[in-house]
Amino acid sequence: MSKRIGMEVAIAAAEAVALCRIDVAAVYPITPSTHIAEHLSDIVSNGELDAEFMTVESEHSAMSAIIGASTAGARAFTATGSQGLMYMHEMLPVASAMRLPVVMAIGNRAVSGPLNILNDHGDIMMERDAGWISLFAQNGQEVIDMIIQAFKIAEHRDVMLPVNVSIDGFILTHMVEAMEMPDQEEVDRFLPPFKPFETLHPDQPVSMGAFAGNDIYTEISKSKDMALVNSKKTILQVWKEWKKQFGRSYEPIESYKTDNAEILILTMGSMSETAEIAIDSLRAKGMPVGLLKLKLWRPFPYDELKKAVKGVKVLAVIDRAISYGGSGGPVCGEIRSALYDERNRPAIVNYIIGLGGRDVTPEDFMMIAKAASQAEKKAPKDRYVIYGVRE
Amino acid sequence: MVKRKWPETWQEVNPGCIVFEPGSASEYHTGTWRSQRPVWNNNKCIKCGICYIFCPEGCIHEGTDGYFYADLDYCKGCGICAQECWPAAISMVEEG
Amino acid sequence: MKKAKQIKDLVTDFDLYAPKLVEKEEYFVSGHRACQGCGEALAVRLMTKALGRNAVITCATGCMEIISSNYPFTAWKNPWVHVAFPNAASVGSGVEAGLKTLRRKGRIPDRRVKVVSMGGDGGTADIGLQALSGAMERGHDMLYVCFDNEAYMNTGIQRSSATPFGASTTTAPAGKTSFGNRRWKKNMPEIMAAHGIPYVATASHSYPLDFMNKVKKAVNIEGPCYIHCYSACPTGWRSASNATVKLGRLVVETGMFPLYEIEDGIYKMTVDPPTKRRPIEDYLKLQGRFRHLTPDQIKYIQERVDVEFDKLMKKINKN
Repeated sequence: MSKRIGMEVAIAAAEAVALCRIDVAAVYPITPSTHIAEHLSDIVSNGELDAEFMTVESEHSAMSAIIGASTAGARAFTATGSQGLMYMHEMLPVASAMRLPVVMAIGNRAVSGPLNILNDHGDIMMERDAGWISLFAQNGQEVIDMIIQAFKIAEHRDVMLPVNVSIDGFILTHMVEAMEMPDQEEVDRFLPPFKPFETLHPDQPVSMGAFAGNDIYTEISKSKDMALVNSKKTILQVWKEWKKQFGRSYEPIESYKTDNAEILILTMGSMSETAEIAIDSLRAKGMPVGLLKLKLWRPFPYDELKKAVKGVKVLAVIDRAISYGGSGGPVCGEIRSALYDERNRPAIVNYIIGLGGRDVTPEDFMMIAKAASQAEKKAPKDRYVIYGVRE
Repeated sequence: MVKRKWPETWQEVNPGCIVFEPGSASEYHTGTWRSQRPVWNNNKCIKCGICYIFCPEGCIHEGTDGYFYADLDYCKGCGICAQECWPAAISMVEEG
Repeated sequence: MKKAKQIKDLVTDFDLYAPKLVEKEEYFVSGHRACQGCGEALAVRLMTKALGRNAVITCATGCMEIISSNYPFTAWKNPWVHVAFPNAASVGSGVEAGLKTLRRKGRIPDRRVKVVSMGGDGGTADIGLQALSGAMERGHDMLYVCFDNEAYMNTGIQRSSATPFGASTTTAPAGKTSFGNRRWKKNMPEIMAAHGIPYVATASHSYPLDFMNKVKKAVNIEGPCYIHCYSACPTGWRSASNATVKLGRLVVETGMFPLYEIEDGIYKMTVDPPTKRRPIEDYLKLQGRFRHLTPDQIKYIQERVDVEFDKLMKKINKN
């Protein structure tokens, strides 16, 4: 039976990881993901989880170690964010190319410099092309759910890819929320024991991580791309199973009050909670505005997006990161490209907000919705706006 | 055992590019690199096996008669065996 | 015409025929694409013979990775994985942790499988030093073997922190105002010994039984072990391909690369250099990378070699 709990989200994330009966965790301390590691090490130290908890000397080694553990056939996990994610960057495309189903929780945090420990999405956006499945959690409940789902998705034979779950630093990781925590029996029923595709063991020696020349690298890359593209099918299937067992539904893009909406705001992560309040308020005033919440960042849900914006006049994409050099928010860049071929696509406006932990309030979304409503008639003069910047 | 076909299309690339056949590199013959080859004078050979132990290719083998020979499919002609042979039973001979 | 050596020059009959006692099975097979006379390939071959079947190998990027694993082929008969350049040790520590927990949980057969991580001098003493230090400090049951050919050979002979003083490399070339590499070789075995791990040793492909015995010893020790193996590189050192084994002997006979082990902190010489060590010139003159050195420079290096050798002997004699 699931239990109703009030708990810090990072602690709950660690509890969820433990429920997945991982074999190896390798973690290096970095704010704001540290509580996940600390609590996980508590669980292991208290004998509640039979696992190796590796206190590695860097994030690069954290990712290397869980890659190693995964090749040995272990279910492996790490958590990091920001500079830590940057530091392990080299290993992320290797983990996906080796098709290792490891899971990583990311406490999203701004990237240096200047150093800033607070939330934005600059870190995960830099890992966009690493070949991982990328999920964004909106609240504590989704963190628990997505971590458990992540192992099932990652390990599925049709997928065999690493999965990361983005958890907004502090705003989510350090928030005490009311959540449903599944019990062990329920998780065991949902998530079968890990059956690795192939392992490093002398009883059946294989070589992994071979070098590939120009005669085959292209084919290998296509095969990896197709694996990630095709993983969406399994992700949808796993979410369907989740709904059946736990009653909570997940979709690549969730809609909130989008009926007859002329203006849509698209958000990711914890901003979506805040945006909902703004939508409620604007709807009460009769404004035809709704919200799209992007939960699945990679593989990108093209079909779902096209369907979600059908008949909409303006789409305001909210980014929490900058792709420097004129392209604006990375999410908006993606969405513009995705909708380019659509005949009746909405006008698209891009607002970049909440950088380096700057507060994002419902009022901000109301302002954005109002400004966006003008875009239908007159295209905005800038491709993107860094909202609230002092000039 | 049926030989696996070499992957050519992307569909044939196995997940993670794992190589399932241990030691399959021996399908590649490095002997073509050679400009000199070792020749044994078995009258001098004391069958000690030093040539075998020092071969970087691992291509020198002991025959049933106890004498040693190089597998010329792989021998790159480095000359270490001739250099290290205590009784000077091996000499390097130009190829071709 | 080459003369046969007199049997009386050889140490014992046992040594003479010892190669016959070595494991016959090859775990690093012919068909690998190392250069002619590659000392590192020879050393790797010897290591795998000493390891036998029951080992998992994690390999850093470098010559040995490139020449052994051209997808879809592999020269390895042991389970083997390459991940990247700096992390053979951290991948190895992860494999060890994985195998340990799976064995405890009964998901793999209940027997000890030794994890062996390997890298070149660049992957060990430079870019991989942090990962190696971490893995050793954490006390994993693993062996790390550094195959030291004293520069970045795979990328084209660039200087590393293990390049010897005075060697000419492509990034520390000898020129009108330079005599090549200006820094002394980093002392990796001492750095590893400072971790307080149970076993540290130096080894060379030219003393195969000594090397293989050290590998076997390290495999039997529970805990982190480190072996630093001299690996001659004819391509990078501009030496004759047939001189590889000879160089490995000369470097020991000159005292430039003594073969010793440190077991639980106790130093022991495993291959005694001659009472009167050979002058380093005997070793240097066979290699193009040292050809530019003047007699004064060679004398300077000789003095340092003598000092370092005496330092080591003091540690050995203490025991």
